[in-house]
Amino acid sequence: MAAELVFEHKSKLWFTINDSLLMIKRSSRHIIRNTDQLLGAFFQPIMFLVLFASVFGGSISKALPPGITYINYLMAGIIVQTVAFGSTTTALSICGDLQKGIVDRFRSLPMGNLAVLNGHIVSDLFRNAISTFVMLIAGLVIGFRSHASLLNWLEIAGILILFTLAFSWLAAIVGILAKSVEAVQWLTFVLIFPLTFASTAFVPPVGMNSVLRAFAVNQPITQVVEAVRALILGTPIGNHAWLAVVWSLGLMVVAIPVASWLFRRRTTN
Amino acid sequence: MPQSDYVIEVDNLTKAYGKQEVLRGIDLKVTRGTMLALLGPNGAGKTTTVRILSTLLKYDGGTVKVEGYDVTDQADKVRSVIGLTGQSAAVDELLTGRENLVMMGRLYRLTADSAKARAQELLEEFDLLKAADRPAKTYSGGMRRRLDLAVSLIATPPVIFLDEPTTGLDPRSRLVMWDIIKKLMEKGTTILLTTQYLEEADHLADQIVVIDGGKVIAQGTAKQLKAKVGNDRLELVFKNTADFNAAVEALGKEVGDRNEKEFSLTVLIRDTNTDVKRTLETLAKHQIAIASMAIHKPTLDDVFLSLTGKQKQATEEDK
Ligand SMILES: Nc1ncnc2c1ncn2[C@@H]1O[C@H](COP(=O)(O)OP(=O)(O)OP(=O)(O)O)[C@@H](O)[C@H]1O
Ligand SMILES: [Mg+2]
Repeated sequence: MAAELVFEHKSKLWFTINDSLLMIKRSSRHIIRNTDQLLGAFFQPIMFLVLFASVFGGSISKALPPGITYINYLMAGIIVQTVAFGSTTTALSICGDLQKGIVDRFRSLPMGNLAVLNGHIVSDLFRNAISTFVMLIAGLVIGFRSHASLLNWLEIAGILILFTLAFSWLAAIVGILAKSVEAVQWLTFVLIFPLTFASTAFVPPVGMNSVLRAFAVNQPITQVVEAVRALILGTPIGNHAWLAVVWSLGLMVVAIPVASWLFRRRTTN
Repeated sequence: MPQSDYVIEVDNLTKAYGKQEVLRGIDLKVTRGTMLALLGPNGAGKTTTVRILSTLLKYDGGTVKVEGYDVTDQADKVRSVIGLTGQSAAVDELLTGRENLVMMGRLYRLTADSAKARAQELLEEFDLLKAADRPAKTYSGGMRRRLDLAVSLIATPPVIFLDEPTTGLDPRSRLVMWDIIKKLMEKGTTILLTTQYLEEADHLADQIVVIDGGKVIAQGTAKQLKAKVGNDRLELVFKNTADFNAAVEALGKEVGDRNEKEFSLTVLIRDTNTDVKRTLETLAKHQIAIASMAIHKPTLDDVFLSLTGKQKQATEEDK
């Protein structure tokens, strides 16, 4: 009565891709089922957007170039900040997997073990896309306007996708190294909070002291924020776009092999 | 494909965590279609052995082969013939039972249709149909274990590792699990099971290997082991000192342990049919009343008390 089993006979590459697709499906289901986290992905960005716009809007708009409202200025910063903090979730999911037996199970299967990492990282791209979309809608409600063309928006999407992937791979490293979910939480906070606030995400760099400014204007988050901002506002983009891309790719070139190596090491001993 | 008669072959396996030697030369051989039970107390090295056999852990010395494949050099081959049910249930809590099964089936290279059909079959077989479309985090401990086992059977691997599959289950769930495992054996699956319960090994396994402190301290069939460990004991409790003393006199040499304060004594039983009857008849003949009686099977405690006790002495003598 037992049904006969039918196995796929495909190339190694096909299996490698299929394994990752299966893991992406799994992690995406997690995002949908994990309602608490999903609510966070909706409301946290809205809260930040509204708070920043109303608390800082009045005083900062004076420092902005004429004709630019704070909400229009802020949008790029809030999106990048949300994506950067969103990578915490990647770290949490990876850390969580490693603490349960599930990774052992995956590793006793004939599948490539990096598929697990790919799954979390790609599905986080979806979650971040949801957050960003929600934020744009909320922004429109409270006065955000942009004349960016469709092409500009595609460029923005491209820059953000690269940046999200880069940060998720960095977060993966934290998730693998951290011994507990609590450790992930404070580690990512300590790493990401200064990076996002010591940048031009929320305020122009004019008011910062010289050391802070030197750091702020040269670090990757600022490049990404400034590139996205220029595309949103229609102001000259300068070197920011390609610097943002180079930073993201550079971070990935380092983070992907390191994360893969750490993951393999963590799961073989 | 397999050159050896043995499906699982472990030779002089050693493993240390830092300075702590966890496995100190384990040998195991499992014939096709049989079950070997690895019996040992906490920290004996059962999980470590299973993890090495299922390619999850590197080892330091010895050879380890499954279906003739080396677990280090041919890990992928090994993975395609084994199923693993680890000590802690390794199911995805946020996925439903069915999704867990289908996903694992796909990862085992089943086609989508085949994985779905097989998942349905296993859900029925493991009595999980009603809960099939609920996230696994809503499952009870017993259901989770069953799902966990079902998941490792999705591609009907010829070799299965079960690491303490019934620890933490209530008696009824344990019986259900035993039935499932027996069915697997009827299908000719080769199984290595670890357990802390002699009773379980006794009930299921063809061959038992007792390990402690990373060493094999005894092996054989359940019968052979129990003979080594000790026999069933009949415990008799009397109402008062007079009856107790009369019984000691009447039974003579047969009395094993005795406790005068509790008026109790034990009699070793070699053959359940004759020895119990004879003992009771002897007491009846002398008109000695019994307050209560019970038969004690040798427990894992007895196994360890006797086997590990010997081992401790031996290691102390080494020093
Ligand atoms: N990752 C590790 N690092 C250091 N020591 C470890 C590690 N894993 C296991 N050990 C040690 O190895 C020994 C054997 O552990 P193992 O898990 O194999 O025992 P076990 O027989 O499965 O016990 P239990 O019945 O409790 O599951 C124990 O002393 C344990 O402390
Ligand atoms: Mg164990």
